[in-house]
Amino acid sequence: MSHDHDQPHDHGHDHEPIGHDGEPPAAARVRALEGLLVEKGVITREAVRQGVDWLVSRSPGDGAKLVAHAWVDPAFKERLLTDARAAAGELGLDAGPSPTVVAVENTDEVHNMVVCTLCSCYPRALLGPPPAWYKSLPYRSRAVSEPRAVLAEFGVELDPGVELRVLDSTADVRYLVVPQRPEGTDDLSEDELAALVTRDSMIGVAQPRAVEPQPA
Amino acid sequence: MRFEPGQRVRVAARPHEGHCRTPVYLRGKAGTVASVHGSFANPETRAYGADGLPERPLYGVLFAQRDVWPGYTGPGEDTLVVDVYEHWLEEA
Amino acid sequence: MHDRGGVPTGEPIDRTEHELEDWEVLTDALAGALGRAGVMNVDELRRGIESMPPGEYERASYYERWLFSLEANLTEKGVIAPGELDARL
Repeated sequence: MSHDHDQPHDHGHDHEPIGHDGEPPAAARVRALEGLLVEKGVITREAVRQGVDWLVSRSPGDGAKLVAHAWVDPAFKERLLTDARAAAGELGLDAGPSPTVVAVENTDEVHNMVVCTLCSCYPRALLGPPPAWYKSLPYRSRAVSEPRAVLAEFGVELDPGVELRVLDSTADVRYLVVPQRPEGTDDLSEDELAALVTRDSMIGVAQPRAVEPQPA
Repeated sequence: MRFEPGQRVRVAARPHEGHCRTPVYLRGKAGTVASVHGSFANPETRAYGADGLPERPLYGVLFAQRDVWPGYTGPGEDTLVVDVYEHWLEEA
Repeated sequence: MHDRGGVPTGEPIDRTEHELEDWEVLTDALAGALGRAGVMNVDELRRGIESMPPGEYERASYYERWLFSLEANLTEKGVIAPGELDARL
């Protein structure tokens, strides 16, 4: 997970004096906190390691598999939209330990876009950790009040007449966007379809990848 | 569950001390119940170490963006869905 | 000040990807382990983050906020004593 820094992380604000390896003081602090809590028997190192292992195992590939399967199997898509956790389970995918996951479908009429204005709620089990911008203050404030300007920054312009529906994940529900299947993909395998489904398309700030035009 | 899909509801415009998951920008705004999510432990009390029981019903409420933001410049079709607890909703 | 929806900002969204550092993954996993152990729940974590003084909240990085909350909650619950963590650094 760690990587060499040539310069300190840019969070857009000033850090306190940086420790070794470009890490902020919080790094040493949290390691010391883990040690203290393990010594006190509050938690075990194994429990922490399990948490780390789970987190690093999460990736948007799981969400992409769900979407690709929904694209090829309309009955599965309906089940996904009704109960995403159960549908994920059909494919052997882990929808996460707690809250409810709801899949919402983009159509010709509606384009969905997800945010958590209050913190950073996100379907991590199926998409991996949220991108830094999703957790950022400007995304959290602008995604609800000026979503089309935000989409424009992401390079997305919706067709006229499309309803832009922003979902603010304020409670125990996590939202996963099912983007529309791109044109010209009838001959693709499910794995090839999954490769078109980007993390950002499942947040709703991007469309899925287009198919490469075939050589003549 | 007090409300049902399609019903017009308004988010209470009351002050709140302490942890709360009803965003300030929604207070006093009216929308339509889109989803009934079921009942969940109340985060407002769980946030202080209580068990959050009894569970509170949670709704996905659909708002027209123009009804939420006075200066909204996007099309009239644009909407916002926010998950709101029943104890923050009134009939509209 | 955690309640950000519609807060005016001229700031563009920085779309630079940031892979999580080891210490950030550790912070996340620590919060999860404390939750599973019944010591501290996610709502307490959020409330702790929300209790940060406004300037600090905005200056801190995402997982620095989590760490602030972990320390505040654990101290409040008497799991760690004030200053006990500092003494280990």
